[in-house]
Amino acid sequence: MDITLKVNGSSHSVHVDPRMSLLDLLRERLGLIGAKKGCDHGQCGACTVLIDGRRANSCLALAVAMDGSEIVTVEGLMEGEELHPLQAAFIEHDAFQCGYCTPGQLCSAVGMLGEQGPSAITGDLREDPGLTPEEIRERMSGNLCRCGAYVNIVSAIAEVAP
Amino acid sequence: MKLFEYTRAGSAADAVRRFGPGAMYLGGGTNLVDLMRLGVAEPDRLVDVGKLPLDAIEQAGDRLRVGAAVRNSDLALHPLVRSRYPMLARAVLSGASGQVRNMATVAGNLLQRTRCPYFQDVTRPCNKRQPGSGCPAIEGDHTNLAILGTSHACVATHPSDMAVALAALEAEVHVTGQGGDKIVPMPGLHRLPADAPERDTVLEPGDLITAVELPAPPPGASLYRKVRERASFAFALVSIAAVLDVRDGTVTGCRIALGGVAHAPWRAERAEQVLVGGPATGEAFRTAAEAELEQARPLPRNDFKVPLTRNLIVRTLEELTP
Amino acid sequence: MNRVEGRVKVAGLATYAAEYPVEGVTYAYPVQSRIAKGRIRRIDVRDALAMPGVLAVLSSEDPPRLGPAAEGELALFQSREVAYRGQFVAAAVADTYENARAAADAIVVEYEQDIHDVALRADHPNLYQPETVNPGFPSDTVKGDVEAGLNAAETVIDVTYTTPVLHNNPMEPHAALALWDGEGRLLVYDTTQGTSSSRDLLAQTLGVSSEQVRVVSRHVGGGFGSKGTSRPQAVLAALAARAVGRPVKIVLTRQQMFDVTGYRTPTIQRLRLGADADGRLTALEHVAYEQSSTLVEFAEQTTTPTRVMYATPALRTAHRLVRLDVATPSWMRAPGECPGMYALESAMDELAYAAGIDPIELRVRNEPETEPDSGLPFSSRNLVACLREGARRFGWDRRDPEPGRRQEGEWLVGTGVAASTYPARRSPSKAVVTMREGDFLVQVAAADIGTGARTALAGIAAGVLRVAPDRVHVELGDSDLPDAPLAGGSMGTASWGSAIVRACEHLKVNGTVGRADTTEEVARDAELARHAFGAQFAEVRVNSVTGEVRVSRLLGVFAAGHILDAELARSQFIGGMTMGMGMALMEETYTDEEFGGFLRRDLAQYHVPACADVERIEAVWLDEEDDDLNPMGSKGIGEIGIVGTAAAVGNAVHHAIGRRVRDLPITPAKILRARF
Repeated sequence: MDITLKVNGSSHSVHVDPRMSLLDLLRERLGLIGAKKGCDHGQCGACTVLIDGRRANSCLALAVAMDGSEIVTVEGLMEGEELHPLQAAFIEHDAFQCGYCTPGQLCSAVGMLGEQGPSAITGDLREDPGLTPEEIRERMSGNLCRCGAYVNIVSAIAEVAP
Repeated sequence: MKLFEYTRAGSAADAVRRFGPGAMYLGGGTNLVDLMRLGVAEPDRLVDVGKLPLDAIEQAGDRLRVGAAVRNSDLALHPLVRSRYPMLARAVLSGASGQVRNMATVAGNLLQRTRCPYFQDVTRPCNKRQPGSGCPAIEGDHTNLAILGTSHACVATHPSDMAVALAALEAEVHVTGQGGDKIVPMPGLHRLPADAPERDTVLEPGDLITAVELPAPPPGASLYRKVRERASFAFALVSIAAVLDVRDGTVTGCRIALGGVAHAPWRAERAEQVLVGGPATGEAFRTAAEAELEQARPLPRNDFKVPLTRNLIVRTLEELTP
Repeated sequence: MNRVEGRVKVAGLATYAAEYPVEGVTYAYPVQSRIAKGRIRRIDVRDALAMPGVLAVLSSEDPPRLGPAAEGELALFQSREVAYRGQFVAAAVADTYENARAAADAIVVEYEQDIHDVALRADHPNLYQPETVNPGFPSDTVKGDVEAGLNAAETVIDVTYTTPVLHNNPMEPHAALALWDGEGRLLVYDTTQGTSSSRDLLAQTLGVSSEQVRVVSRHVGGGFGSKGTSRPQAVLAALAARAVGRPVKIVLTRQQMFDVTGYRTPTIQRLRLGADADGRLTALEHVAYEQSSTLVEFAEQTTTPTRVMYATPALRTAHRLVRLDVATPSWMRAPGECPGMYALESAMDELAYAAGIDPIELRVRNEPETEPDSGLPFSSRNLVACLREGARRFGWDRRDPEPGRRQEGEWLVGTGVAASTYPARRSPSKAVVTMREGDFLVQVAAADIGTGARTALAGIAAGVLRVAPDRVHVELGDSDLPDAPLAGGSMGTASWGSAIVRACEHLKVNGTVGRADTTEEVARDAELARHAFGAQFAEVRVNSVTGEVRVSRLLGVFAAGHILDAELARSQFIGGMTMGMGMALMEETYTDEEFGGFLRRDLAQYHVPACADVERIEAVWLDEEDDDLNPMGSKGIGEIGIVGTAAAVGNAVHHAIGRRVRDLPITPAKILRARF
């Protein structure tokens, strides 16, 4: 099937196998290796990208269903040569080791910072709690890091969080 | 993954028209794409209903109508859900991850399938996946499977958090299909396995959920609590959605729905019956919990769910007691 | 110093094995055995070959040519015998990933099934004593008379602990991309912890010379031992690429990783400890029961840390192995030390309680003068200092030793301590340093699996050359570079760093190029007991309603020689401790006794810690000067962080609830059965 989608601001018209995931489209067809395949089942978060502004697992999205969508991957977070503040904070806080979960962590954090409202651990769900370390930990739990860099990931995000 | 035809529906009626033998509806894809990749689901045709204009949350009198394509995050974060149905908001927020909740739809959440390890592995038998092939979980890995309403054919659990809250809220599931429109009450959408574990719900092929309607919240205080060994991003070992109304020390209303214990969100009707009209005391809560769990049939590796469920019922009701 | 590759990693530009752009690439997808034991009767590939885009099918119907020395898990499709469920028995190659995977599903394999045996038991009739345990230690050691020591003891502990099958689960799946050129030279982009050793093993398996093979592994998405030895994906990619005459890429699914990339053997460990009235050990015996496959003998060195830890007149350690119809277990972060110290340090805690002695004091009283088993002097040993410093930082003196006393709402709170240890070794390595336009290029076939090797090695070179670290560029991850040992056994930095120091020294006298090969230097290393030590402290809360366990605090204090880079070291320590928490509370692969193989083969069922699980983890270290290690005075730090964590958590759980759970992981199910 033929689809057209925007990735990091550029429009792409591609013919795709209906079985192909958005993740494989990015990695195998568009040469964007930033989104990572860690589990291919939405269980690790390494493939996280922004779909129409919201963080999502690109392994669970069929490419054919993305016709007309706007995708942002980790490659799209930089402004020219300048790192996104989260990217810079991840370096400063040593918020990664092997780096494989990092693009997903970054896209997830960008999406998370744009989300309003409570989380599962917020006491009063009518409130909009601040991004305490506890709230960041809960909200970032969809991104596994086997190297165990969570402590540094949370401090990096906390530095950038409003 | 088997090759299939992809088609995007323009409306609910169009979706039903496009449905046919071997077809499946695709919502957010968070479970269906997962199951297709595992070979568990092998549709010939996918009818994409994920972008249908069924994505509104509307007030209708004292009721709230939630479109089937509303994303889980949008449901949980809607101001009216947060203020009037906090139990539902917390249940939805307790499920999966931020990313998955952004993709998963309300209808898809209800229709997600068990995470039983045998069901998810096409190289092993499973009565739910392949009727008549057997249920190895009964002798094997059933650590996180059901203790209530099981059958000799299946001990799977329904994995949803949201559905547990909806069962306590007695939501109505609006369905359209080749046989016309209908309303299915919660609980009641999901079946117990009995001799046909391949059927998760009472829906017929081609039935499409269009909305979930929430009646006015029942009087009393409510809570959703989920137990899991990993602090987040894990399915429930056991979860509870409970509503308790106490007047002058007497229970005047009580609803208890349990997750992680059965093939469907489990309404603890026996416990509710024991409690209503009686005192709101820890002892009464314990008696009620034990009355409910008398019918439990735990297996060797999931026997812990009996004391866990009992403790959870007692503690949650205690917390809800003014 | 920040990681030198930090920018490419956060920008999404770092290239992992499957990510090199290659013209005309094709895809391979394996077929796995559905039986655990037996033989393949027939493989029907007709349907698969007729499918769109399919280029070839590989299987034992037409065994691909391998070298005579191909063996074990890497001898793909050579035999009709099936050794375990999940073993690769065929593969499809096609133009796209989707087509390859669909074709693999269409391959029909018929089996003749035998009765399998996959369950490890301490009374298994086929248990035997292996000659050596990984990587070459004696299986059994005996010193003194254990029975006499136990008979003379005031307090005796006889306890058995079990640990489950654990999977490394690096975030990056095992992957390979193979290309043959016109001259029969093979290039493989592989997920490996060591390109030199991978090249040699791949060449041996394929029956070509090492000069014909190049392995490139510039970035590795974690390995934790599972990428330490070559895995089938590299061989399969090479064979498939040869068969179709085009480059072939293979990326294992997470589920396949559980089957063919190694795992930590389950263990059953019996410990018998005797102590006199003062808590001094009179005897210590540690016996481990573990499994391997029928293909390869891999015997984990589970009880070897017990040979290192405590002074005792009678010490016996032993390993018993049984060969089952299972996949071959392999290295997982601190093989031996990690499960072994879980058991030993849990038993020490039990002894402390039985003898009425503070657990830290008990360890201090049993501090040895020399290495208990060998009698060798330690190059340095600061366990007691770690325990004391940790106690001070953790607030150990405020602890009421009585279990089950502290409750905060629904939560019972407890604290625990355990010791850590890990060997400090080094292997021969080569390195070349070249001066170029005032900057320095360091070349060594090292690997950076997340340790920060580039950064640490640049720092080492800069220190010798007396220049700023950013003037040193490190090239690694390529078997065409000077040969180097793999990143494993916590000896990467020590080994590569030694060679780099010597190469830099050579450059300083030689002018613009310095070369080194430390083979002779390492061979001259004096015989000494070289180990890092540490102390781990945990505070946990156990929910009295649900049995949930949460870790409020972890503190690790380590003595690991000279710490080369504080930021990298801290990340390594806390990373290991985080993985140790997973081992303590949630990680478990289920062995399917009915059908063979494993269940829970994904990250929704095999739980590793998520962000929400990690509340507060601190790692600190003591300055340790040790001139008997290597030119840097460093000890490896990649593994010691996981050693002892599970015991500290388990001991804290006991302190919280007053009951012992001796079977990892400590899940709500086990808490509820033990206590509530």
